[in-house]
Amino acid sequence: MDIQFTEEQELLRSSVQRLLRDQYDFEARRRIVASEEGFSRTQWQAFAELGLLAAPFSEEAGGLGGGPLSTMIIMHEFGRHLVVEPFVETVVLAGGLIEHLGTPEQKQDLIPGIVDGSQLWALAWTEKASRFDLANVATQARREGSDYVLSGEKTMVVAAPWADHLIVSARTSGGQRDRGGVGLFVVDRHAAGVDLQSFKTIDGRRAAEISLRGVRAQLLGREGEGVGALEACRDRVIGALCAEAVGAIGELNSATLDYSKTRKQFGTTIGSFQVLQHRMVDMFIAHQEALSLMQHLTLSLNSGDAELSRLASGAKSKIGYAGKFVADQAVQLHGGMGMTDELNVGHYFKRISSINIQFGDPAFHVLRYAQLDAAA
Amino acid sequence: MELKLSPEDAAFRDEVRTFIAENYPDEMRVPNPETDLTKEQSLLWHRILYKKGWIAPLWPKEYGGPGWSITQRFIFEQETSRAGTLPPLAFSVTMVGPVIYTFGNEAQKKRFLPRILSGEDWWCQGYSEPGSGSDLATVRTKAVREGDHYIVNGHKTWTTLAQHADWIFCLVRTDPNAKPQSGISFLLIDMKSPGVTVRPIITIDGSHEVNDVFLENVRVPVENLVGEENKGWTYAKFLLGNERTSMAGIGRSTRYISKLKQIVKAEIPADDPAHLEFLRDIARVELDVLALEATELRVVAQMARGIDPGPAASLFKIRGTEIFQDITELTHRAIGNYGLAIREHPAGANHFMPGPEHAHTASEKYLNARKLSIYGGSNEIQRNIIAKAVLGL
Repeated sequence: MDIQFTEEQELLRSSVQRLLRDQYDFEARRRIVASEEGFSRTQWQAFAELGLLAAPFSEEAGGLGGGPLSTMIIMHEFGRHLVVEPFVETVVLAGGLIEHLGTPEQKQDLIPGIVDGSQLWALAWTEKASRFDLANVATQARREGSDYVLSGEKTMVVAAPWADHLIVSARTSGGQRDRGGVGLFVVDRHAAGVDLQSFKTIDGRRAAEISLRGVRAQLLGREGEGVGALEACRDRVIGALCAEAVGAIGELNSATLDYSKTRKQFGTTIGSFQVLQHRMVDMFIAHQEALSLMQHLTLSLNSGDAELSRLASGAKSKIGYAGKFVADQAVQLHGGMGMTDELNVGHYFKRISSINIQFGDPAFHVLRYAQLDAAA
Repeated sequence: MELKLSPEDAAFRDEVRTFIAENYPDEMRVPNPETDLTKEQSLLWHRILYKKGWIAPLWPKEYGGPGWSITQRFIFEQETSRAGTLPPLAFSVTMVGPVIYTFGNEAQKKRFLPRILSGEDWWCQGYSEPGSGSDLATVRTKAVREGDHYIVNGHKTWTTLAQHADWIFCLVRTDPNAKPQSGISFLLIDMKSPGVTVRPIITIDGSHEVNDVFLENVRVPVENLVGEENKGWTYAKFLLGNERTSMAGIGRSTRYISKLKQIVKAEIPADDPAHLEFLRDIARVELDVLALEATELRVVAQMARGIDPGPAASLFKIRGTEIFQDITELTHRAIGNYGLAIREHPAGANHFMPGPEHAHTASEKYLNARKLSIYGGSNEIQRNIIAKAVLGL
């Protein structure tokens, strides 16, 4: 049950660690976030050169065949360093959808640009009314020859301002909340009729409101398979986000522990107070449990467990609550310093808060976990 | 969730599973095995395991253990707990046994170990005193050497199932002038000795599990001293370490959750908003169990590779007991108005109990489970242990 890394996986982890330690400390990240574009193309190329962008893809698709385990390893380290570059959006979301849903030609056509770092992607599924429901799609797709034409509004599309391409969910038939009739479409972000309103997110990323007016698009895979593909994609991205959260939780715990051993009040280190010791023990336990569940989910993603989707929701919820607890306490135990932009603690807090919103918050997923229970 | 098992371990798991299914006594399948069985009934399974050679998984082979690997021990624990079998008396097999074979002399090993294995001797634990709970090192029960005997005077309390016990292992003070930890000895006392009195303590659930044990001028032969005089604290700590292993209680929690689901299904209509609230609360506690189970499997896999688990036992004790308390509380809430009623003890006397049968033990379990975060080193003490050993505070 304890994941023992193979030599290759150990190599992957140590090389990501080395790269981030050398080039992505908190000050470097601050400069990247404050830059004009808000992310670093140099870093992205470095990720490509290290093989990170190829790691999870199958070998037939031009990847390294590392699967969900390699995603876990990478995202865990990215979580520790608060990496803002759109690995999740480009590799896990778009890459995963292309690999699992795309035609052989589309895979051949689109995956190499992801792997070599030249093309960035974003996934536009959220709409004003959708909240966390993947099937709630008002955007329309109309067939025109071998292409489709899309019209509608997408909202809160993370990484869209950086993207060269979008994957957009849109309806070819059915009512707004029907599971059937939804397809996924590849859109050139600079195509005519695509309009972006960009803005900053709480965790230092960029996102956009997107309006699509008669935009020419290419269907990914087949018509009507969109919701099923998005659901499977959500299970995978939950694996990635959980690993990222666990990385962040671990960093928050060590930062808080270190601080409690140096910060003095009432003539002694605050770590000597039992109330804070017990709080930090609970943070430690939350981290251990989250780590175990992350590994369990990754192994299930790897083997394609029958209860995978239920487990993914369970992990998203449990790790979400754990992350929220640890982040709250980390800020609290750092006192006023925890509130400052200068310290990394608040930035982890914001990333964990964002993770908890993306693809469904803990409350949404705990109910989904309950409702997928055959025994209830 | 399953540990990845080798073919041999998987065969072992099947063997254990079949053995339980074929041999666990029906007589022990009562509403609440912890309170509803007589001493003789509760020893039935013990004797069956003894005959099979499986009574003491932890013990080395030379003393009568089965010689299992860490993984096999875990499988056995998992299977017996999933099947809801009553574990053999921990005070005998898990606690005093290992102290005797680790620190006792040859005569003590020969005299006590076989009777522990066979179930002939029932042991209880003389640790806590009215003035010594978490701060166990302050025990005041005195043992004064007089020729070939110690004369023991004192008051032990919270002594679980002392009413059945043949022997009690006691922490006694043999050097009143030494520092608290260094004046303690580990003494084995025959419960039939003159001067030993047991007085029941009835707990809030109405059951009789614990007792006061009064020791008045009890004469204990010096050959009943384990190890060296004044070294008892070392042995006591060793024993507490054993007490906390496997307190995650995954099998038990899983069984109680499936029972809880049935109760909610039967008692709360699906269109009642409370139904959804229960589904959510159950899902949350189910995920707590899942995360703890995944952690337990991770630690077992690490231990099987020779990695020291550190104070993982403290983590399991804290979370395992908190989770079980949550489950019993949810169950008590789920039965609604019937939560006002409680069975009378001793059970089985045909007292009237209102409400559906599945609700009959909910109140007493809810009340009884409050003890879990207090005993075996309170959960606060466990947090102190982790703070010191893991966090370096």
